[in-house]
Amino acid sequence: MNIRVNGIDCDVKASDLEGLLAELDYADQTVATALNRNFVRKKDRAEAKLNDGDEVEILTPRQGG
Amino acid sequence: MKDIARAPDDALEVYGTKLASRLFVGTSMYDSPAILADAVRASACDVVTVSLRREAGGSRAGNSFWDLIKSMNVRVLPNTAGCKTVKEAVTTAQMAREVFDTPWIKLEVIGEDDTLQPDVFGLVEAARILSEDGFEVFPYTTEDLVVAEKLLGAGCKVLMPWGAPIGSGRGLNNVFGLKAMRAHFPDVPLVVDAGIGAPSHAAQALEMGYDAVLLNTAIAKAGDAVAMAHAFKLAVTAGREAYLATPMEPRDMAAPSTPVFGVAFR
Repeated sequence: MNIRVNGIDCDVKASDLEGLLAELDYADQTVATALNRNFVRKKDRAEAKLNDGDEVEILTPRQGG
Repeated sequence: MKDIARAPDDALEVYGTKLASRLFVGTSMYDSPAILADAVRASACDVVTVSLRREAGGSRAGNSFWDLIKSMNVRVLPNTAGCKTVKEAVTTAQMAREVFDTPWIKLEVIGEDDTLQPDVFGLVEAARILSEDGFEVFPYTTEDLVVAEKLLGAGCKVLMPWGAPIGSGRGLNNVFGLKAMRAHFPDVPLVVDAGIGAPSHAAQALEMGYDAVLLNTAIAKAGDAVAMAHAFKLAVTAGREAYLATPMEPRDMAAPSTPVFGVAFR
């Protein structure tokens, strides 16, 4: 399936957001997720199904002003 | 309790939280994590700002940073820096609330790239959405009183007008406007956010009755960030104590300080 993750086109096997995090090596990290610009809570990731052309954001803590 | 001299009951209260320090410090642009940690300690701040950004899977830099912040025993104020629409800001705030486990959000909706001036229309709309969703919103705004009223109406209990454009270090560009804002909202916590370049700017804001200042670049990009953080700590304390002591009113003409009565040769 072709989706866009953090602005980059990706060909992935995962069918939901939780699986995507494992596939892309985020599984043990503190991250926040959004699917098609809508926030997806951690507890809802397994139910967040992915479809061709979806846009996913995976964000981590960073320095800020 | 930090070692800043102050009246015992002079804590800053925002959204029901009492803060000993009136200095909020940004965590960006330091030369190393160790210097960031030392600067935060030297500043004696209680609140640091943080953000969320993209990161490649497996990098873990973000998690290392978050572990460092958690070790500092400070509150975090996540921001929505870089967001240009209401939707982006609201989604980013929701993501930040989950990651940083706080209802606090420094709400930025940027309207213009050269000055990073807030889009105040989007800001008010996003503030209302987030306040209704349980967020405690710290809006990065201008000194515009009408916008300020609308932000309060949207649920904000603190306002953060800019001193000058973000990262410019120009100090308080519109002292008259900031004074008017302070006078118009005597009971609202007001924090000058952005544009502070030197400790004297911070002291000036506190002397004017501003409740706190928020800054990043002035410390992080100083030649010695840790020493500058300490200088800001002293400046904020001095400014606050001066405000509480009620500064004299300026005069247009000279007035001798040595007694005129008894002067010789007259």
